[in-house]
Amino acid sequence: MRFIPHTPEDIAAMLKAIGLPDLEALFADIPAELRLQRELNLPAATSEPELISHLQGMSQKNGHSLDYGLFLGAGAYHHFVPPVVEEIISREEFYTAYTPYQAELSQGTLQATFEYQTLMCQLTAMEVANASMYDGASAVAEAALMASRILQRKKILASSALHPDYLAVLRTYLKDLGVELENIPWLDSEGTTSIREAEELLDRDVAALILQSPNFFGCLEEGSQFADMAHAHGALLIAAVVEPTSLGILKPPGEWGADIVAGEGQSFGNPLNFGGPYLGFFATREKFVRQMPGRLVGRTVDLQGRPGFVLALATREQHIRREKATSNICTNEALCALAATVHLCLLGPQGLRELALLNLNKAHYAKEKIAGLSGFRLPFSAPIYNEFVVRMPEPVEEINRRLRERGIIGGLDLGRFFPEMSDCCLFCVTEMNSREEMDRLLESLGEITRGGN
Amino acid sequence: MAGIGTSGLILEEGLIFEKGSSGRVGYSLPPLDVPQKGIDTLIPPSLQRMDLEGLPEVSEVEVVRHFVRLSQWNYSIASGPYPLGSCTMKYNPRVNERVARLPGFSQIHPLQPEELSQGALFLMYELERYLAEISGLDRVTLQPAAGAQGELTGMMMIRAYHTAQGNPRRIVLVPDSAHGTNPSSSALSGYQVQALPSNDRGLIDPAQVRKLMNDKVAAIMITNPNTLGLFEEEICRICEIVHSHGGLVYGDGANLNAILGITRPGDMGFDVLHLNLHKTFSTPHGGGGPGAGPVAVRAILAPFLPIPVVNKEGDRLRLNYDLPRSIGKVRAFHANFAVLVRAYAYILSLGAAGLKRIGQMATLNANYLRRQVESSFHIPFNRLCKHEFVATDERQQDKGVKTLDIAKRLMDKGFHPPTIYFPLIVPGALMIEPTESESKESLDQFISALKEIAEEAERDPSQVTSAPHLTKVSRLDEVRAAREPILRWKG
Repeated sequence: MRFIPHTPEDIAAMLKAIGLPDLEALFADIPAELRLQRELNLPAATSEPELISHLQGMSQKNGHSLDYGLFLGAGAYHHFVPPVVEEIISREEFYTAYTPYQAELSQGTLQATFEYQTLMCQLTAMEVANASMYDGASAVAEAALMASRILQRKKILASSALHPDYLAVLRTYLKDLGVELENIPWLDSEGTTSIREAEELLDRDVAALILQSPNFFGCLEEGSQFADMAHAHGALLIAAVVEPTSLGILKPPGEWGADIVAGEGQSFGNPLNFGGPYLGFFATREKFVRQMPGRLVGRTVDLQGRPGFVLALATREQHIRREKATSNICTNEALCALAATVHLCLLGPQGLRELALLNLNKAHYAKEKIAGLSGFRLPFSAPIYNEFVVRMPEPVEEINRRLRERGIIGGLDLGRFFPEMSDCCLFCVTEMNSREEMDRLLESLGEITRGGN
Repeated sequence: MAGIGTSGLILEEGLIFEKGSSGRVGYSLPPLDVPQKGIDTLIPPSLQRMDLEGLPEVSEVEVVRHFVRLSQWNYSIASGPYPLGSCTMKYNPRVNERVARLPGFSQIHPLQPEELSQGALFLMYELERYLAEISGLDRVTLQPAAGAQGELTGMMMIRAYHTAQGNPRRIVLVPDSAHGTNPSSSALSGYQVQALPSNDRGLIDPAQVRKLMNDKVAAIMITNPNTLGLFEEEICRICEIVHSHGGLVYGDGANLNAILGITRPGDMGFDVLHLNLHKTFSTPHGGGGPGAGPVAVRAILAPFLPIPVVNKEGDRLRLNYDLPRSIGKVRAFHANFAVLVRAYAYILSLGAAGLKRIGQMATLNANYLRRQVESSFHIPFNRLCKHEFVATDERQQDKGVKTLDIAKRLMDKGFHPPTIYFPLIVPGALMIEPTESESKESLDQFISALKEIAEEAERDPSQVTSAPHLTKVSRLDEVRAAREPILRWKG
């Protein structure tokens, strides 16, 4: 076996040095009745070429974005990943290293993480960001727990236009801790969260209000108004950012007055990967830093006064504080954070803005053209970034099935989450959708709904 | 000098924010191929961003050089042995990287139709079966992103189970040798933690469990082999005692490597077990992540699995969301899928016999190391171990040499240090897990380095206490980093 270097001679010499007769004796401390008397019921070993061809075969059973026009977003975004990103995260020194507990041997990971923390602060206009969380949904859930801890309050208000999977994760994380979750409805005609109802639900028990912008329907929220309102009730505002390329042109949550910004960084440098690994990011105000979950890298100096980096403020974490830790998180998404760092460095301010404007313009092109098709309507009036909802003349499921036959993966059937919206579809358009592809979508939608096939 | 350390080629490199020049770019985007509209006509000015200050302006060449230079400051499993106890830093097969990047795996959207995801769902379905067989349990969720999230998921399922029985119970027993994530995950699932003291053999004492166990205790969390590398010989009795009071047994699978194919937690009496694919199943650590922490459970806990679960209906694989008693979701999408692909490839590469060989060689390596260094270092529980063993600085202390110094001096010899000061029950612990990846020669080099350090501690302790000497930086001021935290660059 090529991963195991031991020859029979090595094994014999090592057993002799240990003073044991055979390999079986290495397991003498395991009660005999527990020792497995058979081989595991698993396939026999596969050679490297066979393995590659087996997995190639399996992968080809999946329709992917190189073969299909893809108009799905909803928390996972199809963006261009520059080859440089792939090359850098494929460097063994990065991807086969452990968590940088031993700083002197880990300055590369540590400095890159410090740069990542800085980029997340710049992107969100916040003061401090951690080294990463599992994904956007768990980052938002941890933000809610942090707010509850800071204010010692036991209620969280979340917009119903928060991604339904994020809401589900939030429910899971809160339910065993006696923290109540209430939802603020969205406005039927705008597609944005109701400020009036939020005001009614806010009371002195509320630790935080969670608002996503652009929200699940792609609509832009008036973040500042919600932040002011939350603060007036002594509550915190948690901004959820699920599509962070939008921050190339949208006012960052730090400028709305958000206290915690938690979100999904997959859009930067991380492929779709059928849902993971993605990149939870987490940023807040300096005054809350000791309540933050997750690892933090700090800059310091060595014995000679040279600059260097270490894991900082670890006394918040589970390996030291155990059951009193701010979170149980240990392994995070460091390599995904590195991918985002490299991508953001390549983009710079000009590239990020250009990327966002491409998404904005292309999405508006598609949105307006679809709205012009007979029988298609736009139910929501709020401004959007790169996603929008369309009400369709036929059930989305049926239309999507027929789009698939034409090599197109359509938008998200909102009936999946909201049964009353089974004729509503959430489209996403990014820089990866060419005009030609969009025109093909439009043509197909027209044909399908005119009774063609 | 023993070891493979040298000063190497290390280039200075400042922060990326201090490089570049205004107007320089490193990107290439497709041209706008639709009519351009003024941003003000699409987004109200009050919602627009005015500036993106601080982001670096650098060319592609500068970005590449910057990160290549940083990478050269890292030690990695590709550079040499990484004997971190409880971390199972084994070789990461390159073929796994190749297959995980196949476009049919990496370029697929988590919400795309099931008909177009059959290959991915099949892989998940198969991996679930493999992990169930390896752990000796019935069902598996692949969702958790890491071991700690697996623990949380498992403890939530335990809570849901007890709640369904009429009472969630209040307490979780956690041995004092446990990983810190255990008590932390228990607390996050709403439980009080009661510490369970280890006995003088470094094991859980069944009599202690019997004393503490009652109908208020929801579960016990056990790591077997434990963090001293010792197999809990009384595991069956312990499980029986817990079960007889209606409690459940949670298994922390971080240390599964040494028992692969040799014994199975399900057969010992565990009801829940999380597995760390980034430890036992060779997926790379990535400098801290991503990992994956699937959770295997006994059938009685299956109704509480997170949604969705992958079901097979005839030839078709389906994602089933209809589990009314499920704990819900712990992440937005299905799993750290690209990590699953690597683990699946690893299991297929090895097959049943290969996995057992892994367990044997990991155990052989740990015991060989233990016996070779016992003359130089104090080993408090010096008997047959599994994947790892724990040494201490007891014999070096009178010269003023501590565990931290020994760890730092190992760097000068070209090795990553072991895990230090853990488990907490052993003062000055050096927790050493060589894994099966190291050859005899590589272990012998590491042994020579350790012995040389023990001699240096006798002869010239300052050489050890002032280490490391050959790394890019010397010891860093952690107190300062805590007192005046600088957590970001400011222009």
